[in-house]
Amino acid sequence: MQTSIIPQLRDTADGQEADRILRACTHCGFCTATCPTYQLVGDERDGPRGRIYMIKQVLEGEEPTEKTQRHLDRCLTCRACETTCPSGVEYAKLADIGRELVDQKVQRPLPQRVVRWLLRHIVAYRNRFGFVFALGHFFKPLLVGPLAPLRQKMPPKQERIDWPQADNTQRTMLVHDGCVQPVAAPNTNAHAARILSKLGVRLIAPKASGCCGALSQHLSHREEALDFARANIDAWWPHIEAGAEAIVITASGCGASVAEYGYMLRNDPVYADKAARVSELTRDLSDVLAQEDLTALGDIGDGRKVAYHPPCTLQNAPGLHDNVAEILTQAGYQLTHVQDPHLCCGSAGTYSILQPTMANELRENKLASLNAGAPDVIVTANIGCQLHLEAAAGIPVRHWIELLEPRMAQPAAA
Amino acid sequence: MAHADLAASTEQALGGAPRKQQLIERLTAELPADIVLHADEDLRPFECDGLSAYRQVPMIVVLPSTIAQVQTTMRICHANDVPVVARGAGTGLSGGALPLDDGVLLSLAKFNRILDIDTDNRRATVQPGVRNLAISEAVSHLGLYYAPDPSSQIACSIGGNVAENSGGVHCLKYGLTTHNIVQIEIVTVEGERLTIGSSALDSPGFDLLALMTGSEGLLGVIVEVTVKLLAKPELARVALVAFDDVRKAGDAVAAIIQAGIVPAGLEMLDNPAIVATEEFVHAGYPKDAAAILLCEVDGTEAEVEEDIERVREVVEREGATEVRISRDDAERALFWAGRKAAFPAMGRISPDYYCMDGTIPRKALAEVLIGIGELSEEYGQRVANVFHAGDGNLHPLILYDANQEGELERTEAFGGAICRLCLEHGGSITGEHGVGVEKIDQMCVQFPSAELTQFHAVKEAFDPKGLLNPGKAVPTLHRCAEFGAMHVHNGELPHPELERL
Repeated sequence: MQTSIIPQLRDTADGQEADRILRACTHCGFCTATCPTYQLVGDERDGPRGRIYMIKQVLEGEEPTEKTQRHLDRCLTCRACETTCPSGVEYAKLADIGRELVDQKVQRPLPQRVVRWLLRHIVAYRNRFGFVFALGHFFKPLLVGPLAPLRQKMPPKQERIDWPQADNTQRTMLVHDGCVQPVAAPNTNAHAARILSKLGVRLIAPKASGCCGALSQHLSHREEALDFARANIDAWWPHIEAGAEAIVITASGCGASVAEYGYMLRNDPVYADKAARVSELTRDLSDVLAQEDLTALGDIGDGRKVAYHPPCTLQNAPGLHDNVAEILTQAGYQLTHVQDPHLCCGSAGTYSILQPTMANELRENKLASLNAGAPDVIVTANIGCQLHLEAAAGIPVRHWIELLEPRMAQPAAA
Repeated sequence: MAHADLAASTEQALGGAPRKQQLIERLTAELPADIVLHADEDLRPFECDGLSAYRQVPMIVVLPSTIAQVQTTMRICHANDVPVVARGAGTGLSGGALPLDDGVLLSLAKFNRILDIDTDNRRATVQPGVRNLAISEAVSHLGLYYAPDPSSQIACSIGGNVAENSGGVHCLKYGLTTHNIVQIEIVTVEGERLTIGSSALDSPGFDLLALMTGSEGLLGVIVEVTVKLLAKPELARVALVAFDDVRKAGDAVAAIIQAGIVPAGLEMLDNPAIVATEEFVHAGYPKDAAAILLCEVDGTEAEVEEDIERVREVVEREGATEVRISRDDAERALFWAGRKAAFPAMGRISPDYYCMDGTIPRKALAEVLIGIGELSEEYGQRVANVFHAGDGNLHPLILYDANQEGELERTEAFGGAICRLCLEHGGSITGEHGVGVEKIDQMCVQFPSAELTQFHAVKEAFDPKGLLNPGKAVPTLHRCAEFGAMHVHNGELPHPELERL
């Protein structure tokens, strides 16, 4: 597409990057076909092509208002559009640039600013979020107004299971221990560690690592996201130098972000190389397990019916590979047929909190397809999807890794 | 030049502000305010369809979700003499949904529900905004599908397909949209509902359904479509055939048809197209081939086995350097995936592309391709060829950079030259993308004024005020006269009977 970026943006790194991305777009509209929000509302402005166009307007000097902001906000950043785009338009990168640009020009109303601030300053920090989470269980009734969606998202507290004994003779891998998952579903990584231990891999979760930065990245604070990325790289680097084979991701939302560290920090002279290496080592848990011999785990599924919801980040983010279905089938589970697996469940990071109406409609559709095959349990591979779906599913929603542990193999009873 | 006209008319629109305000008031008095868009910020994303070289911000966009709302919009616009342009998925490649600066753009994208699937009669009744592929997906478990499959089938809407009489890679055997629908419902320019066609195979009187199909939004707004569903063939296999010479590939196409084989699809890509699509799809196309053919045969297992062997014999005789036959459905889908993504994949090798849509008799294929190659050198612009070889429907994609001054103009001139080349070989200026605004001047070359006058008479019967998608598909005689003045060919003045402006 033809572009004419205004001079004051044209020479910035963002301006050039946006121009490069825009020039690949041919306005063909294929992207609208797989966009969950466009399919829901049928409005050009709520599809990728329309959003690209609105971002282009801003880059070309048009003054945006809260309307452009709203339509960009309504994007899930699920990146389904990128998989349908024959021209290779890197939509998510453009969206991040566009959102930040619009947010600089259009001030949000106070309540929105407060919620966004809280998300960035509380949720993104494991300890603070843990504290609020614990408090929340006492003060659930106080979560009202814009905070109400949080209440519904609060899962029951998990009874913590133990990590396996560290065995220093084993191969090592790092596991990303982010912000929300260690608090809301602390057992996910413990399960991963236990299973991998059986396969001869010791999983290490350095205490100093934290939020992957995705929260800030998608809330128009990309500089802040870079700081999170640098902190994680610092926490992981000694282990990488000591021979850790991979950075295992148990929440694909974070994985998508870590897999992009190389891109995010490409202009940072100190971190560029390390970040590229980190991205290279980033692998989804299912991808790691698929490379191992799983026969030792045995047939633990016993034909039980499981509906798998593949998170958008696992389907669409470059760098992550999804082998969940194969692993569960091999473990003896029966995977039910789920219509439209490419459509987002509506969780999408902070989306379900910031855009509850659209998020809930997407969830309703998603749960209808997931429940169509009458499964015993729904599994997914991302904490966001897990919490969002669990709040309305009516049946248990788990991280799939739990199903590989014998004691978790009776999902209905668990 | 059409886009220069458009830029000029945008300025005139400023004088129309009070009229715009009046219309907004009238529309919002009867329609929800949030479906009537009028601020520039909201209108911009609608300024073009799949042909983004042509842009025009509409005066107003209406986003109805019920037929009653469509009727209300049409009634108000008709009463106020406001032109209306209907838009489906906005994937058209001829600018058929290009808005008007003094008009309403009526988006039918919210009409995306499948209303009824009638397996006994193999019909599906759908709203116009339903995606082409969504129909086949919805009936796939019943062993059925909807045959026409334009390359944009993942995104294009059935309403748009009817308006443009879309084809696709399988139309060689299964026909165009017009052969695959039985009934439509339209809202007339006055806002009345009208059913055209019937669920029976044939109905008495004039075949108005055929007239409506491909009428490019000039006769009515399509609000419901009943399509035919076909049983999925027992088996389909596709041969991927490589050639080291474009001429040999062109001749092979004619030879396949001559041998009495009716392929379900017969497509050709030349080298630039092969290279660009291979980057995206990794279908295993041989990147060093001058051209490849994709030839699909379907039917019962015995038929397919016999036909595919005959295809192999014919193409080998014609000098194919490689023949690969799909082993299963997954491989067949992969072979096709490159072809289906070919147009937009050009975005990887060129910032912009201009898609032409001429048809020619099959026997002229090689000659026309070579002629296009010569024109490419003459105009100094790259061209990639992707097309429905079986029915002689060419899609030369002219690669250009819209950010370079003068390139679009040169591209358009190149395109015009390709159109004339097609006509000289007994072809036509459009196979399936429609005329829209893009090829409207070439209509003057294709049709003498007597025929254009008759087209206008048909239009007038449906739309006496000329409010439905004016300026598209059928040029006014005056426009032709102006265009003719610019393109005097072989010293012959087109439409000499007209007074020059």
